[in-house]
Formats: sequence, C-alpha cells, structure tokens
Amino acid sequence: MDLSMIQSGAGTAAAAAPAGATRNEPRIAVRDLDFYYGANKALKGINFDLPERQVTGMIGPSGCGKSTLLRVLNRMYSLYPGQRATGQVLLDGKNILDDDVDVNALRARIGMVFQKPTPFPMTIYENIAFGVRLHENLSKRQMDERVEWALTRAAIWGEVKDRLNTSAMGLSGGQQQRLCIARSIAVRPEVILLDEPTSALDPISTLKIEELIDELKRDFTIAIVTHNMQQAARCADQVAFFYLGELIEVAPAEEMFTAPKQKKTQEYITGRFG
Amino acid sequence: MSATLHSASGPAKDMRVAAALGRRRRHVSTAVKAACYAATGVGLLLLLSILGTLFWNGFSALNLKVFTEVTRPPGSEGGLLNAILGSLIQTAIGTAIGTPIGLMVGTYLAEYSKNSPLANAVRFVSDILLSAPSILIGLFVYQILVVPFGGFSGWAGSVALAIIVIPIVVRTTEDMLRLLPDTLREAVIGLGAPKWKMITLVCWRAAASGIVTGVLLAVARVAGETAPLLFTSLGNLNWSLSLSAPMSSLPITIFAYAGSPYQDWIALAWAGALIITLGVLGLNIAARSLLRRK
Repeated sequence: MDLSMIQSGAGTAAAAAPAGATRNEPRIAVRDLDFYYGANKALKGINFDLPERQVTGMIGPSGCGKSTLLRVLNRMYSLYPGQRATGQVLLDGKNILDDDVDVNALRARIGMVFQKPTPFPMTIYENIAFGVRLHENLSKRQMDERVEWALTRAAIWGEVKDRLNTSAMGLSGGQQQRLCIARSIAVRPEVILLDEPTSALDPISTLKIEELIDELKRDFTIAIVTHNMQQAARCADQVAFFYLGELIEVAPAEEMFTAPKQKKTQEYITGRFG
Repeated sequence: MSATLHSASGPAKDMRVAAALGRRRRHVSTAVKAACYAATGVGLLLLLSILGTLFWNGFSALNLKVFTEVTRPPGSEGGLLNAILGSLIQTAIGTAIGTPIGLMVGTYLAEYSKNSPLANAVRFVSDILLSAPSILIGLFVYQILVVPFGGFSGWAGSVALAIIVIPIVVRTTEDMLRLLPDTLREAVIGLGAPKWKMITLVCWRAAASGIVTGVLLAVARVAGETAPLLFTSLGNLNWSLSLSAPMSSLPITIFAYAGSPYQDWIALAWAGALIITLGVLGLNIAARSLLRRK
C-alpha cells in the first residue's frame, strides 16, 4: 500500500495546476481499449482522456458500454471471471490493466458511487470511517476530523452531525447517496466515478448532488455516467457519446449539445433514438 | 366492421349457458373452500389437543423440586436438575462447535464458490445431512468417538448435536448472504477493501439477524433431539457434570421415564416435555421477532 504516493500525488497535482487553464492534463488516458463479457465484445477500440479536475459526462443508449467503461477504470470487472479488458488505461503513465497492479490501492485512488445508494449496515460515522481505516492509521481525533471533512464536502454534515452514531439505513435515499459520496471522498481519491448517481433520486436530491459535483470538481477528476441529457449539459465540462460499444464523439459540453460533429450524436441528443 | 367482429367471435352469447357456468364455478369454489377449512380445523385440533394434554399433565407435575433435585429412584421425590443441566451443556457445546463451521461453509458457498462443482457437491451433501435421520448421526458418532475412546460421554453427545447444527447454519448463512445485493459488495470492494474484510465487516453484519435466526432455530431443533444422544451421551441417572462420562439430558430422561411403570417418573417425564416445549417455543418466538425487527 503506497499511501505516500496517493497523498503526494493529490497534493502536487493541486499545486502544479496552472491557474485558469482551459485544457487540463489528462488524469486518466484510455488507449485502444477493448472489453469482453465472455465472447461478447462490449467496448471496441476506445481512446479518450479524463482531464484533470474536470467533469466528463458519458452518455449513450442502454447497453452502449458507458457503465462498462466506468467499471474498467477501477478494475471492478476483475471481480467477475469471464470479463476481460485489453489495451491500456494509463494512470500516471502506469497501465492499470496490468496483472501486477494492486487493485485495492488502485480503488483507493479511483472511487466509485453507484446508481442505488449502498449504505453499509452500520452507523453514519462508521460508514465514513470504514474506507479510511482500510488505507490509513488515524488517531480518534484525526478520524473525527476526516469524517466531518468528508460529510461537509458531500453537503450532508448539517443534516447528520447530531446523529452520527445512528444507523445509516435510517437516512432518506438522497441522504444515503450523499453519504456514499462522502464515503468515497473520505478515502481522498484522485478520481471519482459516478454511475447514474441520481437516477434513483427525487428532483430535489438530484439538484443537490449536481451542485455537489460542481463543487467537487475543484479537487477531484470526475466521470459521470448519465441517461439524462440535461444533467450532462449541466454538470459536464466534456461529454463523450457512446453507441454500441464505440466512442462516437467526445467534445466540450457546449459544443456537443449545440454543434455535434457526428450525425449519430445529433440524432441521439435530439431524441431521435435511445 | 362490427359484422366481421361478430362473426369472428362465434354465435351470439347465450345468457342461460353463462349463468349455468357461473353457478357451477360458485359451487366448486364453495366445496374447495370448505375442504380447506376442514383440513385446517383438523390440523389445529391435533395441535391443540397435543398442547392441551402436555400443558395439563406438565403443569400439574411441575414444581420447584423438578428444578432443584436430581433424578432419583421411583418413589423418592426426585427432580430433573441433572437432565436440564445436561441438556443445556450439550446443546451449548454442540451449538458452539457447529455454528462456526456452518457459518464458514455457508460463507464459502455464497461468497467464494457459487457454482463450482465442489460447491455444488458440498451444498448437496449439506442438504442431505439436513434431512438425515438423526439416529444415523448418533450411530456415526458412536463409531468415531464412543468406541475408540472407550465409552459414552457428554463430548460425544455434543459432537452429535453439532453435526445436526452444521447443515442448518450452512443453509441459513448461504441463503441470507445471497439475499444481499451485489452492489453492496461492489461498494465495499470499490473502496479498496480486500474480500475477507468485505465478508466479515459488511456482509456478515448485513446478514446478521438472519444468520442468528438460523442459529436459534438450530438450537431449538437440537434441544429436543433424542436419537443422536442415545448412542453417544447415553443418559445418566446420577449427578454428573463431567463431559467425559455419560451425561443426562431431558429428551433421554423423558424417553426412559415415560416408558416406566412408575407414576412419579411418568409425571416427571411430562414436566420435562413441558420444559423443552416452552424452551423451544421461546427460542422460536425470539428468532421470529429478531427477523421481523430487521
């Protein structure tokens, strides 16, 4: 477990970023990525970058491969025999698809939030501390600070600060989802992957999460899969459109939604299919 | 348009035929309903008559001496203290041995090896063990523990009970873990947790109430088992808490006393049966309320 690398990596990245840069460095670079569910090829020759501290929206009809790509980025697919990826996914120049990668350390650097909120069956405090304890040895006071920091960043501290020792299962759906975001950022990852994080939530909770994403991109590189075109337009700096396992087009959000280059993209964003 | 529709659906509807068919449906419905009620009534009547007889005879035989005196020869005012303690000890040790093994096997089946040939074989064997006649388990332990170690013992009885506990805990553990959504597992893995921490810290906790319920039901089951103890701990009419010696237990004592010609022994057998029934009933209620609280 290389903790120093994680922390210094995050620190130097923040310090080295040029102020007002229009085009950020790629945090993750995907090169010639193919992905297979058994014999079924789900991703075909994907090439694209997740720019440092920007939000990348991934859109496309169901089954187009966008969630699959997200699950490649933190090696979640490795849990399931029969699923495999070829090509390169470069994080700091290292191909994370290599067999010798420590996947647990990798997942500490690349956090994930799922479509359905997944609180653990323990207290709110323990939910946050759980992930931190996996990678760091903190004193009680440091842990208290970290929990407060994470819950504050996830815009839920005010709602739960008086009930930290009650079960997380008692929170509402929107609160649970923000708790899950807090749990991810408590580990201090560099990249956060969001897999349709608001599709199970009501409009007000959705708005809160979108505001949160906008706030979080100051510190984290974010990739968000969404079925909601307005959400992609609101949240994302860069949007990637996938169709049948191929990356059709990737462009800055305003360009993508006003002047898409590809005919397929235009048909999808105007609701012609999907 | 309407003409074609009409011809397609056959001749005009005869209301008398429709009414006759409706009447027949209602008659069949009434008959089936009556049969169901009658069957339920028979079942309830049997259960109530068993419980009624047990409570009537049991409570009239129950007194403080049952809990304070050990088993004595007929006519000398004995109790069931050694049998009660023997049952508690053997059930506790059997559960303590069987639960961790069952928990591990169930976890292996649900988390590590869902559909491998080995897992399927283990699951099959465990399910057979679940319904195996318990006297066979008694004979098995007689062969591996009683014969080689030179005698009946409380340990042998405890092991026999443990073998009954294992498949029950295996099944409930596997079932409860399988109910957990995979997204919960992915969420734990996604934080960078190794698999064993995912299982011990999150999955077991999420399935805890179900697993504990399974353990309680296993305890309730073995507390009343007689056959596996016949060839293992044998029963002991004297005061003995040594696990290396033959050990008394409620079911064995009931078995011995109920078939005796002495009135006071028969009364004690009723009292013992009542104690076991109330204990098992209590455990079942505890298990149910635990599961409902979830």
